[in-house]
Parts: sequence; structure tokens; C-alpha cells
Amino acid sequence: MARIIAGAATSHVPAIGAAIDNKKTDQPYWQRVFSGFEKTKQLIAELRPDVIIGIYNDHATAFSVEVVPTFALGCAPEFPPADEGWGPRPVPVVKGHPELAAHIAQSVILDEFDLTIVNRMEVDHGLTVPLNLLFGSPQQWPCPVIPLAVNVVLYPPPTGHRCFMLGRALRKAIESWPQDLRVLVLGTGGMSHQISGPRAGLINSEFDKAFLDNLSRDPKKLTQIPHLQYMREAGAEAIELVMWLIMRGALDDQVDEVYRFYTVPASNTAVGHIILENRRGK
Amino acid sequence: MPRKEQEYDDIPGTFVFDAERSRQGYGINMFCMSLMKDENRKAFRANEAQYLKRFPLTPEQAQAILDRDYNRMLELGGNIYYTAKLGATDGHSFQHLAALMTGMTQESYAAMMLAGGRSVEGNRSKKGGAKRG
Repeated sequence: MARIIAGAATSHVPAIGAAIDNKKTDQPYWQRVFSGFEKTKQLIAELRPDVIIGIYNDHATAFSVEVVPTFALGCAPEFPPADEGWGPRPVPVVKGHPELAAHIAQSVILDEFDLTIVNRMEVDHGLTVPLNLLFGSPQQWPCPVIPLAVNVVLYPPPTGHRCFMLGRALRKAIESWPQDLRVLVLGTGGMSHQISGPRAGLINSEFDKAFLDNLSRDPKKLTQIPHLQYMREAGAEAIELVMWLIMRGALDDQVDEVYRFYTVPASNTAVGHIILENRRGK
Repeated sequence: MPRKEQEYDDIPGTFVFDAERSRQGYGINMFCMSLMKDENRKAFRANEAQYLKRFPLTPEQAQAILDRDYNRMLELGGNIYYTAKLGATDGHSFQHLAALMTGMTQESYAAMMLAGGRSVEGNRSKKGGAKRG
């Protein structure tokens, strides 16, 4: 059967993508950020995932205010990089896993999570920047990626608890897939940041570090954080962190934290990154 | 009908893009979305006020766009991921817009970020500056 071997989470700052695309990664400012992901590439390669569930949010790219799905599962064979105003990022097309995605949709919806099924979608930096951070800049992404787009732009996003429970349902779906697959769940977004209004630039490293600690050891505590607290303590856009809880919900209660990195800033945002392994998955 | 007060309205310097603002700002955000197409950017640049007539905007919303008053756009229902497309059309980086919204120069805003960002201390609540969420 398919099984979840590990979870990873990382911020998905667009400027990180721009630094890669414009070949600025050697500049001291960007070295500080990218050096934190050197070990990541090795660890992910050792994990040998066959499929990634990529949890991210769309930033007024594939979806506009015309349609705002709370949870949208990408069931297409492929997802081209979107033109976000500067031409599509020069990264490989994201290949999906339509058979597994269809199975997940069927299982998760009957588990009472009403996913939107998306059969045509372009993906923006929210998904492609984390793939760069995990894999660098290969000609093709090394494995299929099933995108799960979460609304965190129009308030209210789903609650942290709801996200965690969706992770549980994802796990059940994956473990009922007959083929042997090593699945990595990837949460993206955050950490503390506010990019709008007079309070823009807010960073709260204390909040972020406590979030990382609890993500490893006591994630249920995080499911109780109300939206107001994310916004007040860590910035209006820090609410993206609920997406990390989908990843965490898909893992075992007890996990091994195998890597962590944190730096401030990348552009306007605190960059956080963590890799958690399921013990029984080894 | 006046906007119903929400508990997050107590967060200083923050316009939460909620369902009510989304309804109110639909025209602003659809205008910004239209700027993803080059032909629309050209038409907008040729005659801004005329181009804005294609969208359901109140006079206040249209004026905020013409004035490039980014905070006012947020207050009237614009969302930052959309209004950033207007900024990009004007050739501005995101950090330029962020600095503009905070009333800082881009240089001092960038320096603040490098020094660890804006502290949450004193920035949590309008009612009680030090209150924890």
C-alpha cells in the first residue's frame, strides 16, 4: 500500500523564486536563505518520495475573486507554471498523479471533507518555489506532485483544526491505495509576515519558533490557535500557517524532527522550514 | 448599512480581506485581475478613468485607484494580491508598495526588514497596545 514517509514545510516567498530565476542566489542576502536548504536537498533525495502532496495557496492566479474554493485538489495530468505578471517562471511543468488524486478525492469527500476537484489549473509561486527549495532547478521535477490549493486569501480560511483533520483524512486515503508508493506531504506558506496595510513588515520570531516546536512535539496545541491570534501576533498573512497543519495531520502523532531552518527576512517574510519523518515509515 | 464591527478590526494598521470586503471590492479586484493581460494594461495606461468605467466601482473606489492610494483600496475591499498587480503595471516592486502602505521610504522599510522586521510589541491591539491575542 501507499504510505506517508515524511512531511516537510517551508515558506513560499515569491522573491525566493525571483532570486532563483534571476540567478541572484550567490548574493550574500540570498545565500543566507538558500544555505538553509542545502541539507534539505540531500534529505529529500534520501527519502526518495514517489509522489508529493503539495499543499499551497493560489495568489490571485488560477483563481480570482470569481471563484474561491476552500480546498481544491488538482486531479489533472499536469499543471503548467502560471504567468504571474512577469511571464511564467522558467521551471518544469508540474506533473500530477491523476489516478491517485481521483482516489484521494473519492475517499476524502466521503470522509466529509468537501473538496473541489480541479481538472485544469496553472500553479503559481506558492507551489513552484517550495519545489525549487526541495529539489533545486532540475530539468524535470523528480516525482509527480498532487496540488492541494487552500484558500487563505479571503477570510475566513479553514480553521487550523479543520486543516489538521483534513490531513488525517488524506492519510486514510493514501493508505487505502493498493500500489506501493512513498508519499511526502508538503505544507507551504508562512511564517510570520504581513504584506498589506500600515502594519506591513511585521515579524514575530518568538511566535514562529514556538510554532515550529509545537509542530514537532505537540501539534494538537496548534490546532487550537484562533485566526485572530495568527493575524494579531504574527501578521495578517501568517494565517497561511494553517496549511502546515494539513501536513502535520497526515503524519504520526510522534515524529522525528530531522531538520529545521529559520531566517529573517526573505523580502517581507520570515522563512521557516522543517522536515518531520514518520518513525514506522523507515 | 455600515460595516459590522469584527474583533479583528482591533488589529492596528490591518484591513482583513473578509467576505464583506470581498463583496464590496469585487470591482477593484476584477479591475486589478484584468491587468494580467497586456492589451488591458495598454488600454488602462492610455486613459485610466475611461478604462475604469468597465468595472463596477464606486466613485471612492475609482478615485483610490487613480490616486494609487493603496491603503484606501484595501479599506474599500481591495486585496493585496490583486492591488499588487496594479503596482506591477506601474513598474513597482512589491517592497515599494509595502513601503508606500507603511508611510516609509523603501530604503528605511528594507532596513527595518533586514533588522528583523516590525516588532509586534505595541502593534497588537488598538484598544490595548500590549494585549496578547
